[in-house]
Amino acid sequence: MKQITAINDFVVKFANVNGSGSASANELFARSILRMGVPVSPRNIFPSNIQGLPTWYEVRVNEKGYQGRRGGVDLMVAMNPQTWDNDLKEIESGGYLFYDNSKPLPPSKFRSDVTPIGMPLTEICSTTYSDPRQRQLFKNIIYVGALSALLELDPQEIEKLFSEQYKGKEALLQSNVKALHLGRDYALKNLPCPLGIRLQRANNVGDRIFTDGNSAAALGAVYGGASVCAWYPITPSSSLAEAFMAYCKKLRVDADSGKNKYAIIQGEDELASIGIAIGAGWNGARSFTATSGPGISLMSEFIGLAYFAEIPVVLIDVQRGGPSTGMPTRTQQSDLLACAYASHGDTKHVLLFPEDPTECFELTAQAFDLAERLQTPVFVMTDLDIGMNTRLCRPFAWDDSKEYDRGKVMTYERLEAGADFGRYLDVDGDGIPFRTYPGTHPTKGGYFTRGTTKNRYAQYSEAGPDYVDNMQRLMRKFETAKSLVPRPLLYPAEKPARFGAIFYGSTSPAMQEALDTLAEKGIHVNALRVRGFPFADELNDFVRSHPWVFVIEQNRDAQLKTLLVNDGKINPSRLISLLHYDGTPITARFIVDQISQHAGARTVVPLKIAS
Amino acid sequence: MTYLAKPKLHHPSLARNQAGYIRRDYEGKISTLCAGCGHDSISASLIQACWELDIQPHRVAKLSGIGCSSKTPDYFLGNSHGFNSVHGRMPSVLTGANLANRDLLYLGISGDGDSASIGIGQFIHCIRRGVNMVYIVENNGVYGLTKGQFSATATKGSKSKRGVLNPDEPVDLVGMALLLRATFVARAFSGDKKQLVPLIKAAIQHPGPSFIDVISPCVAFNNHEGSTKSYDYVRQHNAAVNRLDFIEDREEITADYAPGDVISIAQHDGSLLRLRKVAHDYDPTDRIRAMNYVQEHAAAGEIVTGLLYVSPEAADLHQYIKTVDTPLNQLGTRDLCPGSAALEKINATLR
Repeated sequence: MKQITAINDFVVKFANVNGSGSASANELFARSILRMGVPVSPRNIFPSNIQGLPTWYEVRVNEKGYQGRRGGVDLMVAMNPQTWDNDLKEIESGGYLFYDNSKPLPPSKFRSDVTPIGMPLTEICSTTYSDPRQRQLFKNIIYVGALSALLELDPQEIEKLFSEQYKGKEALLQSNVKALHLGRDYALKNLPCPLGIRLQRANNVGDRIFTDGNSAAALGAVYGGASVCAWYPITPSSSLAEAFMAYCKKLRVDADSGKNKYAIIQGEDELASIGIAIGAGWNGARSFTATSGPGISLMSEFIGLAYFAEIPVVLIDVQRGGPSTGMPTRTQQSDLLACAYASHGDTKHVLLFPEDPTECFELTAQAFDLAERLQTPVFVMTDLDIGMNTRLCRPFAWDDSKEYDRGKVMTYERLEAGADFGRYLDVDGDGIPFRTYPGTHPTKGGYFTRGTTKNRYAQYSEAGPDYVDNMQRLMRKFETAKSLVPRPLLYPAEKPARFGAIFYGSTSPAMQEALDTLAEKGIHVNALRVRGFPFADELNDFVRSHPWVFVIEQNRDAQLKTLLVNDGKINPSRLISLLHYDGTPITARFIVDQISQHAGARTVVPLKIAS
Repeated sequence: MTYLAKPKLHHPSLARNQAGYIRRDYEGKISTLCAGCGHDSISASLIQACWELDIQPHRVAKLSGIGCSSKTPDYFLGNSHGFNSVHGRMPSVLTGANLANRDLLYLGISGDGDSASIGIGQFIHCIRRGVNMVYIVENNGVYGLTKGQFSATATKGSKSKRGVLNPDEPVDLVGMALLLRATFVARAFSGDKKQLVPLIKAAIQHPGPSFIDVISPCVAFNNHEGSTKSYDYVRQHNAAVNRLDFIEDREEITADYAPGDVISIAQHDGSLLRLRKVAHDYDPTDRIRAMNYVQEHAAAGEIVTGLLYVSPEAADLHQYIKTVDTPLNQLGTRDLCPGSAALEKINATLR
C-alpha cells in the first residue's frame, strides 16, 4: 500500500458527536496550524440539532492558500461510531484513520488501503479523570495532543493559544496543557510519528485574519452606521445578529452616559423584524435585518412595500439549502431569484455578493450607503459556507475620511428656502426622489407614505399615467443602481482564452484554485466574479467576447444565469451552467472536472492528414 | 363622504393654542369614509386632543395598517408624516420608527381586522415591549372595505347585515392589553367625544404603551338590529366606570366634585390624571381587579368604558434597552463609526 505523503497540503476530517465539546478542540487544531504560518480552511458540517447527532469538522491544510473545500479526506479522526462506516469510505486510498481502540474492532471495520492508527483514548481518560464531563472534554484535547505528534504540529503554538484563551484562569490553563501532553507523549511513544502527511513551518499567512462571515458582516453593519437591528433567530444567520450585539456592546456604548447608540430587537417573527427595520429606515435611522431563505419568503410583502414606498433597509440573507425548511445547516446560493424579485407585482432589488468574510464586512457597510442613496431595500447575499466557517482573509480596513452617504434628504433649510418637494418627484433624472425625515418642518415636507399607488407629490392616485410614471421612474432608479453597486472583477487567464467563466459569492476560493489547475492542464479560462445586481454593462461585453461562458452556481435552477438572461439581456446560447447543489460547498475538483469535460467536447482536434 | 372642501380662509378670531395653532391646523384631507362613520368622530377627537395639548402637528407620526380605520390618518394632522403600511403590521413599523426617533409622538391607528385578526401577533408583541405610543383600535366588528364580513371582535351570536349569525368567540383586545401589561388601557365609544377626547389626551401624555379600544360603529355594514357594535346597542349597554378630566400639573384642581368622587393619579412625568368616579368600586390602578371587573361586566352583557387601567410607574422600550437620549436618526458618522484604529485592534484579535 502506498501511503499518502504530503507536506502542508492535506485534509483532516474530524467525525464527532455534537454537544461533546469537540468544536473548540478542533478549532484549536486549525488555529495552531495557522500560527505555524500555514493557511488552513476549516468547515463545520453540522446537523440541525443540539446534542447527540453526528457532526464533522473538516480542515484543509494548504500552503498555497487555496481555501475552497478540496473533497476527499487524507486523515480521518473517527470519534463517532455512528458514522464509522461512511467516514471510512471517505478516506482517500493511502490515507490514515485515527481512532479510539479502547475496545477492539473487527477487521471488517477497516480498509486494507488505509493506515489505521489506534489510540486508547477512552481508557486513558478513564484512568486519568474521575469526572465524566472532564473525561469527555479532555478526550478532545488529548487527541489534539496526539495529532500534534503525528503531524508535527508545534505544541508550543497550541500552548500559546491556551494561554491567550485562559488568561487569568490558571487552573484551566494547566489542565488543558496537561491533557495536551498526555496525548502527545502517548503518541510519540506508541504511534508511528510522524505520518506521511505532516506540517512544516511556513510564512504564508501574513497579516491575514481568521474570522467568519457572520461576525464580519455584523462588524460591517457597525462600521456602516446601522443603529437599528431587528431579527428573528434562524440558522445560519442567528450568529450574525448575536455578533452585532457583541460588537455594539464593545464599540457603540456612549462613554459619558453609558447608554447605547444602537437598538436591537429580537422580533416575534421575520415579519415584525423587517417591519421594525423598515419603520426605522423610514424615520432616518440605518437599519437592517439578518435572515435566511425562509425569512425572505416571510418578509416578501414588506419588501414590496419598501420597494414601492422607497424606504432604505438592508437585508442580510445568509443562504442555506432550500426550498421550504430544506437543508437548514447546509449551504446553497438558491435565494437569488427570491431576493431579486421579492414580493408581488413588478419589483427588482439590489443584490450584493460577498466572496468571503472581508467582503461581508465591506459590502455590508456599503449596503447602508446604497440603501440610503437609492432609498430601497439592499440585499447582502452571503451563505452558510461563508457565514458560519472561519476563513483566512484580508484584514479589515476603514478609511477614516469617509462620511456616510445619507442620500437625498430634504432639510428644514431647503424647505424653508422654497424647494419644490415632491416625495416621488425625479428632480435630476436619476430616478431618485428627495425624502424628508418625519418632524422636519412645521408646514412643509410632510407626506403620507403608502404601499398604494400615488402621484409625484405622494397623493393617492389610481390614475394610469401617474402609476406608469412612477413605475418608470423606479426603473430609472434601478438603472442608476447599476453604476453604484460594486463592479464585477476580472480574473484574466495568462494565455488567450476561448472560455469565460462567471461565478460569485462563496464559489470564489474553489474557483480560483480551479482556474490554476485548469491552466496547468492547458485549459485557459477568463473568469469574471459578479459582485452586484443590477449587472454592469461589462458583463455583457465579457460574454460577447467568449464563444462559451460557464456560469458556476450552487443551486439547481441556474438562478444567476436566469438573471443574466432576463435582466442582463445576455444571449443564453453562449452560457453553460455548472451547478453544484448537494448542500456541501462547491469544490475545485468539481469545477475542474466539469470544465475539462466541456472543454474537451468543444475543442476541435485537427485530423492528422497523411501526406 | 363629502366632496365639499372646507374654505381655506380662516376667521381671524379663531382661537390659537399655546403652540400658536388654530384647530384647523390639525385637520387633514377630507375623509372618504361613509357619512356617519364612527371613525370620523375618532379623527375629530384626535384633532381636538392634539390642539388642546398644544402639540406641534409635525412632531407627530401617524402609522396605520390596512382597512377603513387605517385610511383615517390621512384625514387628520395633515402636516404630520403618515405611514399607511401593510395589513396588521402597523405595530412593527411603529416600533422601528419609534426606535429611530424617540422625540416624536407616535399614533398607531388600527382596526379590529388589522389588530385582532391578521395583526394580533404584532399587537401583542409591541405592547409586551412597552413601545411608547398611543395605539387606537377603531373597533366596529366588521370588515368594511371588503363589504361586511365579520371580524374577530364580533360578538358570538351577533347578526351580520345579511342575517348570518357569527359562530366564533370574540377577541377581547382590552382584556389582552391588560394581560400584556399595557400601562394605559381604556375603552371608549366614538359617539361620546366628551369621554374620548380626555382619554386620548391622557394617552398621549402617558409615557409608555397606551391602548384605547374605541367602539366605532360601521354605518354601512354593522349598525343594524342584532349587531352588538351599533350606535343604539353601544349606547344601551355602555357601562362607564369613570369620567376623565385630564389635568396638567400647571393647572389648579377645581372643586367641582364631592370629596370621594375623584381619584387623582400622579404620573411618572409629574402630570396628574384626575378621574371622576362613575362606578364607585372601581380602582383604575389595580390591574388585576380591573381585569375581573371588565370580565364580570362583559359576562353580564355590558361594555365597560373609561380609563380602565393606568400604571403610575410606566416606562418605555427606550429605557429598557438603554438607548441614548439623542434620537438614533440624528447620530452621524462620528457617533456611529468606531474608526480604523478600533478596527486594527479587532484585526489583531483575529490572528
